[in-house]
Parts: sequence; structure tokens; C-alpha cells
Amino acid sequence: MKIELGESPLSDNVGVQASRPLAIEAHGLVKRFDGTLAVDGVDIAVPEGSIYGILGPNGAGKTTTLRMLLGIIDPDEGTRRILGHERPHDVARLIGYLPEERGLYPSMKAYEAIAFMGALRGVPLKEGRERGRELLENHGLGFAAERQIRQLSKGMAQTVQLLGTLVHKPKLVVFDEPFSGLDALNQGKLEKMIRGLAAEGTTVIFSTHVIAHAERLCEQIAIIAGGKVPFAGRVDVARDRIPAQVRLETHSTDGPWRAALPADARREGDYWLFSLPESGIEPLLRALIEGEAGILSLSIERAGLHDAFVAIAGEAAARALDGEEETAR
Amino acid sequence: MSMPRDPAGRLSTLQAAFVVARRDFTAILLSRYFIFFLLGPLLPILFAGLAGGVGRQVAEQTAQPEIGIAMQAADVDRMLAAYDRLAPRLGGGLPPMVELKRLAPGESFDAHAVLAARSGNIAAVVTGTPSAPELTATKERLEWWNGSVALVSAMALEKQPTSFPPVRRSVVATSGANQTRGRMTTAQSGQTLLFIVIVFLAGMVLSTLVEEKANKIIEVLAAAIPMEAVFLGKLFAMLAVSLVGVLIWALAIGGLVSFAGVSSSMALGGVDVSNLPTPGVGWPLFLLFGVAYFSMGYLLLGSIFLAIGSMAKTVREVQTLSMPVTMFQVLVFLFCSYALTQTGKPLELAAIVFPLSSPFAMLGRAAIEESVWPHIAALAWQGFCVAVFIKLGSGLFRRRVMQSGPQHRRQRRSLLAIVRGRPAAA
Repeated sequence: MKIELGESPLSDNVGVQASRPLAIEAHGLVKRFDGTLAVDGVDIAVPEGSIYGILGPNGAGKTTTLRMLLGIIDPDEGTRRILGHERPHDVARLIGYLPEERGLYPSMKAYEAIAFMGALRGVPLKEGRERGRELLENHGLGFAAERQIRQLSKGMAQTVQLLGTLVHKPKLVVFDEPFSGLDALNQGKLEKMIRGLAAEGTTVIFSTHVIAHAERLCEQIAIIAGGKVPFAGRVDVARDRIPAQVRLETHSTDGPWRAALPADARREGDYWLFSLPESGIEPLLRALIEGEAGILSLSIERAGLHDAFVAIAGEAAARALDGEEETAR
Repeated sequence: MSMPRDPAGRLSTLQAAFVVARRDFTAILLSRYFIFFLLGPLLPILFAGLAGGVGRQVAEQTAQPEIGIAMQAADVDRMLAAYDRLAPRLGGGLPPMVELKRLAPGESFDAHAVLAARSGNIAAVVTGTPSAPELTATKERLEWWNGSVALVSAMALEKQPTSFPPVRRSVVATSGANQTRGRMTTAQSGQTLLFIVIVFLAGMVLSTLVEEKANKIIEVLAAAIPMEAVFLGKLFAMLAVSLVGVLIWALAIGGLVSFAGVSSSMALGGVDVSNLPTPGVGWPLFLLFGVAYFSMGYLLLGSIFLAIGSMAKTVREVQTLSMPVTMFQVLVFLFCSYALTQTGKPLELAAIVFPLSSPFAMLGRAAIEESVWPHIAALAWQGFCVAVFIKLGSGLFRRRVMQSGPQHRRQRRSLLAIVRGRPAAA
């Protein structure tokens, strides 16, 4: 495992752990399939009530990691603790799971499908049917309650499955690639729903290969590539792995002030671009003013999550991720 | 199969199996599969009827081999007259005899040439005279027809009584030989019906699993409940569906007989129950054992089929993997049919002990033998085997059903590795 976050591989998470209990805590998860290492020492710490993203390209080990956390498959090595229990099955009724490969029985009516998924998590059938109708009504699908799944559009069917994931009022919701296959409108609805769940205190963990979703929704992320997690922690900490970029426009193009610019400064059009010096912006400003550079504009731009991903996971993983995002669009 | 200790924990295997079985039971009962299942038992009857009708038609239209007579005119007349007198008394014992040629005095006849010409339906030729007949035919037919020709020739010479004493007829319903033969027929029919229904049901339970995989719902189930529960739920849902089917059949036949005034013979498609030989253990026990052996046979084969289904990813793979098992089951069925003729011998014992053939062999025995206790012992043995098969099958199912990953890797794996349940890539 390779985590570069100070002294402890989970230093950022540990900080969170001190203030909020963890819904998920996994250490050194390893899974091999036919001798191939699919997941190689994954550490994850998900605070209760947070939105946590697992970000990585296809084949990185996201689904295998989630399956191990849920107890669908057991890790070859490592430990996991879900909602305070070492065995995920001991808290199965407190967990909702939406797998990447969506599936419902085509002949079932929408509210029955939700009730069935509730029954799997211990909700009595009658109660599940009532909740199913209620959930469909609340999400604008009341008219489809009596329709068979095969009669629904793909987006509607996905919503039904999503509601089935929530029918038993779970404390922890696990979504595997929840946005795949959804149009922009439904993606927006899902983002809103995820925020709503978190606002109610539900912990949400989801995997995605779309950086924008993780960036918009997550407090914390785990970047996974090649079965390893090179970063796990707060999104802003990930961004901080890349120094902020300074964009400077001066009246004068040359002068003694140029000696004050950092070594990586480069000219792009009318601007100078360089990384924010470790000493901060003030010494540089002072040097520019004293050197009569004639500052026209100066901005400090924080790195995006994509840049952070490239820096952390590497160019190859980033290219794979970009390719998948393009396909998804 | 423990109960959950924590109310937040997942359902116990039995609770979860009930949830799965309830879903499957309802879905199948309301699907077209159930109609097929209800009509299933009609298929063998339909096939038998069609095959019998066609066979009869063919037999009627196929000319019987004849013996041609080529003698002097007076001898031909005497031979044919003798044949006409004997034929009604010997039933099918005499082959048809026809005039081939009336020879003039001194005229010779080449029987070999006639048979070599292969014209008509002449299989043998009688030449010479009634006192010195000469039969020309293939070696087998000479053996078969030598006596018949001698008898007709003797009658033509009037060397036996010209009148036959009347035989008084006294009819009995059955006899020892008749009952044995009838019971054998019951045993074979029972085995055949059992085989067809079990294979049909096992195929159906497999198709529901394939549907589950195709619908990609298996992972939802795997995350929520023990995979053994999916196995058990599916297996027992189909058993319940089949028992409902049996009940519907029984009610339909009973209703037709009781309320619609239809004779039991008509209700059973022309089979007159009163003429059926009573099975060794009696009809009530035979039917009861039939249901029990059907349940055991289905659970055994269904376990194997579900375990196979867990290993397959596509319908094609399912067909490829299940074909050898189905063929093996056909062999087992034939083995059991043969074992019926070996009552009390080691072969029958082997058929009873081998789990997959035991239900068939024992149903056959119930039709033939009167003792009941072997059935109690056999059911206990089969129950034990069912438990073992379900345990092994569900274990394999749990290990295999959720596995996915690079196809080429798995294809290289040996069957032994699959059976051992070593994990594949996910």
C-alpha cells in the first residue's frame, strides 16, 4: 500500500476519526483472483454522515473493494469494520446497496420491486408495499407504481431500484457507479438525493469514474488505481497535493523583478504562470512592486481534483479515467 | 442456517429462503411456464397416442410376407382350402398363403427365380405336392414356416380331424402372469412420468436462475441475504409450484369424475382405472410414495442443476454444462428401467442405493413389490442424500455465483478447480 499523507497512511482520516465516528473502517484489504491481485492493501475510513467517493478508472478495484466492504466477498487479507461491526452481515439491515449492474425482475410492479428489496432487508412485505408507494409518490413516480418494470423507461427503472435501496431506511448507503446510464437531469436528481441522505445523517459511499461527481459531492475520497489507494482523505487535501497556480499579468515585460519569479515560471500569452511559492505570495508581491513590474492582474488558482488525480494516480490512470468520462458523456 | 442474533443483521438462511421462494413461487405461478408445466404430463400421452396411431397405420399399410403356392391346379385348391379352414383357428399363427401359379401336369417351376426377382410380397414358395411339399425361402423363414406348411399340407391331405371340438370359454379378470405384467407396466409408466416431470422441473429451476443472472439481480440478493438462501428458495419454490400443479391435476380429474359425470376412464384419457393392476403397495401408498420420490428426485437433480447454473454466465454456457447431466440422467433412467427386471438382485440394489436413481428404482419397486418398509428406509437414505446434495450444491453456488471477471482466465481453469470452488476474478 502506498499512501503519501504525512506520517500515517490515513493521517487525514485519523483527523476526522477524532471528531466523528467511522461508519466504515478498512485496513489492508487484499483480494486475489486466480493469482491476480485485484485489490492490494486498501485502507479506507469513512466518517458517519459523510459523502465519500471512491474514484478510479474501470478495473481499478472499486467494485471489488465495495463488495468486500459489504461482505459479498471476503478479503484474503485485512480487516474491515462496518457500522461498528466486524462482520458486514451483522448490520445488513442497516445497509443499502445499489450495484453497478442494475437489476430488477421485469414482470414485477414498481412498488412490488421496492417491497421485495425491502423484504430482503427484513421489512415486512405489507409495510414494504406501503413504503414503496410512498417513495414512488415522493419522487414523482406515483403514476408508475402499478406498472411492471419492463414498462418503465431505463431512468425510471433505475430510480425504482434506487428507492428499493433506501426502502429499509439504511444508515449506510453504498452506490456502485450510481451515475452511469443516467441522463444529466437524472444525474442532478441523484446528486440532490445523495445530499439529502447525508443531510439526514446517512453515510453515503459511492464509486465513480467521473471526477466531477466526486468533486461536487464528496467531503472525502479515495483514489484507487491498479488495486492500490495512493490517496484517501479530504478532497481539499487531495487538491493541495498540487501547489496552487499563480497567473500574473504585468505592464513591464522585463526588468530586475523577473529574478523574483520562481524557477518554474513560464510565459503563456500575456501571462506568467508558476506554482505558488512555499513562502507564500507576499514576498513575491513585494519584489514585483519594488522592481516596478507594473502589476495589471494577479490571481491564485487552486488545482482541480482532476489535476490532483493525475498527480496522485499517474498519467495512465488519468487517461483511462478521461476515456471513461468521455464514453459516459 | 442460524437465526439472526442481531435485529440489524441479515435474515437467517431460512427467512431469506422464504422471501426468495415467495417471489419465485408467485412469479412462476403467474407465468406461462406454469401453463407449460400443467400441460407437461399431457405431452408423453400425446406422443404415445400419436406414435401408436402412426405405428398402427404403418403396420396396417405394410403388407405381410406371404407364402406363394405353385402346384398343380387341384393341389393349389386343396392347399388353399386347408389354409382357409386352419387360419381362423390359429389366429396370427399362420402366414398368409396365396396362389402363385397353377401348374400344368409335368410343368416345372423355378422357385429360386421367383424369389430372386423380388416381386410382390412373396417371402417363400411351396412347390411339389401336399404329400411331398417343398418349401423354398431364406434360412430363418424356413425355420419359422416349416411347421405351418406341414400342417396345411396335412390338412390338405385330410390326415387330421375334419371337425374341431367346441371349446367352452370362461373369462377371468386377471391372472398371476397378467398381474405381474401389469405391475411392470405401472412401474415403467410411473418411472417415465417421474423422469419427464423431474427433468422438466430441474430445467425450469435452472432457467429461473439464468433469468436472475440475466436480470443482474443476483448481486442485490448477494449483498442482502446468504447465497444459500437463494439456492434453497429457488429449489423449494419450484417444488411448491410442481405440487400445486399436481394438486390442480388431481382436482381437475376428481372434479370431472365427480361433478361432470365423466367416467374415470375418460377423465384419465382412456385409461380405465378399474382395469389397472393394483400396485404392490396399493394405490394410496403408491401415489403417496410417488409424490415423495418425485420430491426427492427433483431436489437431487435440481441441486445439481442449480450448482451448474451458478457456474455459468450465459444461457449457452448453461446448456453446455447441463447437457451432460441430462444425458447422464437419461442413462440413469434406462438403468432403473432395466433394474425393474432384476428384482432382488445386486443390480436393483445398486439402483436403489445410487442417489440419482434411487427415487426411480423405488417407485418401480412400489409398483411391483408389496413390502413397505424398504420405502421407509429408502426415503430416509434419499433424505440424507438430499441434505448432502443441497449442502454441497449451495456451497458451490455461494462460491461461484457471484464471480465474474476476465472470461479467458476462467476458461483455462480445470473442472476440478471449479468444483473445488476456487474463486475467480471479480
